[in-house]
Formats: sequence, structure tokens, C-alpha cells
Amino acid sequence: MTEPVIKATDLSIGYKFRNKAPRIISTGLNLQLFPGEMVCLLGPNGAGKSTLMRTIAGLQPTISGGIEIDGMPLAALDPGELAKKLSLVLTERIEAGNLSVGEVVSLGRIPYTGWLGKLSDLDQDKINWALSATETTIFQHQKINRLSDGERQKVMLARALAQDTCLILLDEPTAHLDLPSRVEMMRLLHQLARRMNKAILLSTHELDLALQAADKLWVMKNDGSLITGTPEDLVLNGSFEAAFTKSGFYFDKSSGSFTIHQEPSSLNVHVSGDSQIVFWIKRALQREGITALENESADIIINAKEDNGALKLAISCNSEIATHTSIESLINALNLLKRPLN
Amino acid sequence: MAPSVSHKAILTGLAILVVFFFVLDIMLGSVKIPFDQILKILTGQQTDNIAWIFIIEKIRLPKAVTAVLVGCGLSVSGLQMQTLFRNPLAGPSELGITAGAGLGVAAVMLAGGSSASIYAIRQLGVSGSWLIIAMASLGSALVLSIILLIAGRIRDNVILLIVGVMIGTITLSVVSIWQYFSQPEQLQEYIMWTFGSLGGVTQYHLYVLSGVVSFGLLISFASSKALNGLLLGENYARSMGLTIGRTRLIILASTSILTGSITAFCGPIGFVGIAIPHITRSLLGTSDHRILIPGVCLVGTVLLLICDIIAQMPGTQTVLPINVVTSLLGAPVVIWVIISRNNLRSSFS
Repeated sequence: MTEPVIKATDLSIGYKFRNKAPRIISTGLNLQLFPGEMVCLLGPNGAGKSTLMRTIAGLQPTISGGIEIDGMPLAALDPGELAKKLSLVLTERIEAGNLSVGEVVSLGRIPYTGWLGKLSDLDQDKINWALSATETTIFQHQKINRLSDGERQKVMLARALAQDTCLILLDEPTAHLDLPSRVEMMRLLHQLARRMNKAILLSTHELDLALQAADKLWVMKNDGSLITGTPEDLVLNGSFEAAFTKSGFYFDKSSGSFTIHQEPSSLNVHVSGDSQIVFWIKRALQREGITALENESADIIINAKEDNGALKLAISCNSEIATHTSIESLINALNLLKRPLN
Repeated sequence: MAPSVSHKAILTGLAILVVFFFVLDIMLGSVKIPFDQILKILTGQQTDNIAWIFIIEKIRLPKAVTAVLVGCGLSVSGLQMQTLFRNPLAGPSELGITAGAGLGVAAVMLAGGSSASIYAIRQLGVSGSWLIIAMASLGSALVLSIILLIAGRIRDNVILLIVGVMIGTITLSVVSIWQYFSQPEQLQEYIMWTFGSLGGVTQYHLYVLSGVVSFGLLISFASSKALNGLLLGENYARSMGLTIGRTRLIILASTSILTGSITAFCGPIGFVGIAIPHITRSLLGTSDHRILIPGVCLVGTVLLLICDIIAQMPGTQTVLPINVVTSLLGAPVVIWVIISRNNLRSSFS
């Protein structure tokens, strides 16, 4: 059994004040993070994700309990030693646009270089490796402010990799990114955890992506309690859903995604046919508040198939059959049916 | 981050410019001295005119050396402040550090009674110059510490600048009160000092100033790795093993020593500290302090030598105060920095 990279025992986190009692955010935390694992820290805004991240990163003292990083108590590590075990990717935008990508990444070698920061061959190898692992080698000579947000974030990850630590903490690395960049970032992180045996902890609001990519989830609730486990277990036992309950939407266990609640409609519909088209029709129906029934004796039967690359959506209601060629016109037709039935 | 070929080429070009303007600065003045005679004097050979030797060795050479020291020292302290505060508008004169040094100087000149005028102190030789340097550096450190404390709470560049200007104003008011209760002859000395002059530093003082400025520059160059670490912000710097408190202290110390000692001897010289780092960054296109520190030294020196050449108005008997010339050249640069947001954005966003 490998040793955990992060091991928190009976940890309390929060803010200490000079003259007042500390404000405790969360207490009794027992956490473990192993090499090769990617863990996503999820939770609603204000639950204390940042406080936990900052505490593990050593940027903020613990209230009580202990954290061990790579087998050493966090409090006993001096900044130089900690920098060789733990690297960070922060949400804050860096304000040094004049630096080239290569220069930013080489800053990751600061814990290893001498007083003037001269890079050895080994340092240069690590930098080149970090650039290629994050697919940023092509930007090497470009200024950091010429890059898109997604590329910039990959460079910041490369900097953390160049720091050559067993643990990487990322604070909302996918914030400000467009969807393809977010997926790309998650894929990259997961790949790094697996191939390089890194322990990766990231806080995120990307519930869908976290469910797909994370090896484990740490779900923080509004009351500060924290549940850990593999995504699938947490979904099936309902604790994932419980952490994010809010009126207006619900978590659909069968599709693994959050769905916006609509006023339920009285239409009862059954959809059959090509499974791919059926899936997307059901999505469209859901948005209209219509829940598709398994029952084939529903009032309205929709049969979907593809014919020479064109959609053929047959809708039969009261033995009247109409054919539509797009989901849009199908929905319009259903909305017309809604009114008389209501 | 090894200095690339183009950086080396630019730095070499600047070094050649420094030599060129250094010689030009020595050549030009109210008395015309032929170039070959200057070379002879500089290389220690005999010349026909004893007066020329005196002018070169006692007046023009020390003044040119002072210009080099001022150019290096103020530019480096400006660069350090801009990186430390992550603020493009930071500089020794803008954030009131020079005013703090002025307070230290006033404490010596105005409080010490009539015998403690700056010329009297200069007569004291080395010990007097140490006293005035120590007081000016302490004054700078005092203001810098206050601003550093406030900067911890304020992240807004413009607000910090306003606070800096206000602290500078408070410091100057304290000096004004002091002036109000001082003797006219002391006042005249102090006011002459505020115009700034590169010509007042001679003999021992030049040795002392060279030593102190070199020491400050050495500390600064030695902390270039830490300054680079700070480029990504304090949280990143800390995560890379930098001790922020100690780094701040070292930068504070070298900035105060550089600004304090230069201001003590040459008076408050404005706009060099804020303008030179911007010119250098856009010239070299980098934020790496291991290249920027030598870069600002060279650019600062060239600019100060040019200012000194302009100040002595070649061909006339008039000499302008150096502070006037640096402000005339430096203030437009600051305006250019603020207006061309691009230039500002490339380094600070």
C-alpha cells in the first residue's frame, strides 16, 4: 500500500483572530490523497473550498489537527522544502505579461536553483518536459499575454509541473475557460495523475466534468461537512445530490447531469426509435416539462428514425399522424397539442 | 532564462552609449577643452594646461561619475518598487520615498544649528557624509515601511499612488514647518539642496557614495531571483519557497539605501526612478530581473548623462538644476506610460 501524499487527521480549518474566538469553517476532517489520484473538491460557493485548499497549501494555519504532506507534518516543513513537495495553480491572473512562456515555466525551478537562479541542464530538461507534457512547447517563445485563457492556464500548469512536486493543488483551474479548454484541462490533469503518478487536488464548479474525470470526489456541503468517495458511489447513495440541492433543478441519476426543473406538463408521451435521436428528443421534451413515459399506451407516440441523413419524426395522436423533419417543429407541434388538452 | 543573444546585443549597445555620453559629458561645459587633451588627462598623461587638469579631475569627472551612480541607483530602486508593489506607477519620488530622504536631510541640516549646513557637513568629510546618508536612508525606510504596510491592505494601484503622494505631502509639510522655524541661511542651503545637483559630490563623498550605491546595487542584483519570483504575485512566490517577509525586508533595505544616499548628496531627483524601468522593459522586452537590473543601470546612466549635458547648457555659463531637466524629460515618459495602456498592460497584466 502506497503512502498518501496528503493525510489530514481530525483537521479543523478556519480563520484565527487575535482577540476573538476563531471562526471555524469545517471540523473533524479526515482526508487522504494518494499518488496517481486526481481528486476534485466540489461544493457550493461559500462552503469553504478555498479555505481547505489554502490550509493544505500551507498559506493559512490550521485551527487544530494535523496535515501531513508526503509523510512530513506540514507545520514542520520550511518553505523551501514544501516547495519541492507541493506546487500551486491559482485562479488569480498573473500580471507579468512581459514574460515569455519559457520564462514563466522556468520560474517553477526556483526551489532548485542557486542564488542567482541559473538553470542547470537538469532544470532545462524538467522545463522542456513540463512544456511538452502540457502541449505548450510551441508557445515557448511567445509572451504570456498573447495567449488565450486556456493556453495560459496550461502554461501555469506547466510551471507547476516544472516545480517537480508529488502534489499539485489547483484552485478552480477551469474558471474563465471555454468548454473545449475546460475538457482539455481535465483530460490533461487526469493523464498527468495516471502517467506521472502525481497526486492532484483541484477545486472546481464543473460538476459534470468532475463526475467524469475525477478518481475521487471531496464534496463539501454548506454546513462545512465533507463527504469523500468515488463519484459513482456518491451519486448512487444520494450524497452528491444532497450537497447541491436547490429548488429549480434536480440531479438526474440516470443521465448523471443536473436538470432544470420545469412546470410539469399533463402531456404523456412515449418516444421510440433510433436511440441517439430518442435521447435528444427526450432532452428537448424535458426542457418543455414533458416527461417521456415507458408506457407504449401513452396519448402521444413519437417514432424517430433517420432516413438518408434526414430526420423523420412521426408523431401520432388520436390516430392522427404527422411527420416532422426537425425537433424544433416537433416541439412546436407538441406545444399546440398542450393547450386543448390542458 | 539565460540572457538571449538579442538581450546581450542591446546591453552591449547600451554600454557603448554609456561610454560615448560619459566622454561627451566630460568634454562639454562652459570651458572648451580639446578632445585629445581630455584623453591625455583621463589616461594620466601630461598636458599643457594645468587649469584643464583641475576642471577635468576635480569637477567634470566626479560629476560624470555621480551621474552614473544616480542613474543606476534611482533606476534600480524604481524597478524594485514597481515589482514589489506590482504597480507601474511606483517610483522613489512618486511614493514619497525621496521626500522621506528629504526629511532625514532636513533633520540634519535644519535641526543641527547653523554649523550643520550641508557644506559644513561636507567639510567634516567622511563622518559627516555617513551621518547624512544614514539619516536620509532612515527617512526613506520610514516612508517605504509605511507605504508597504498600507499596500498590504490596498490592492488598487491608483489608490496606493494617491496614498503615496499624500504621505509625500505630509513629509514635505513637516519639512516646511521645520523650515518656518529655521534661520534664513539654513533655509537657503536646504532650498539649494532641493534643486538637486550632481556637482556637489567631490572627493571623500564620492568614495562614500560609490561604496554605498555599489552595496545597494549588489543587494539588488543578488535578490533578482526573488524579484523574479514576485512577478507572479506573492502567493505563487510563497509556493515556490520564497520567504516573503525576508524578501520584502531586503528589497526595502536596498531601495532605502539607494534612494537615501543619492538624495542626501544630490537632492531629490524626480522621474528617473519611475521612467527608466518602463523605457528599459519596452527596449529589452523582458521582465527577467537578471537582465533588467543591468539594463536599467545602463539606460539610467545614459539618460542621466544626457540630462547632465543638457543641464550644463554647453557653450553658455548657465547651469540648470538637474532636477528640472530630469522632470522635463521624465514626466512625458510617465504620461506616455499611462496613455499607451498597451505598454503598461504588457508588463502589469
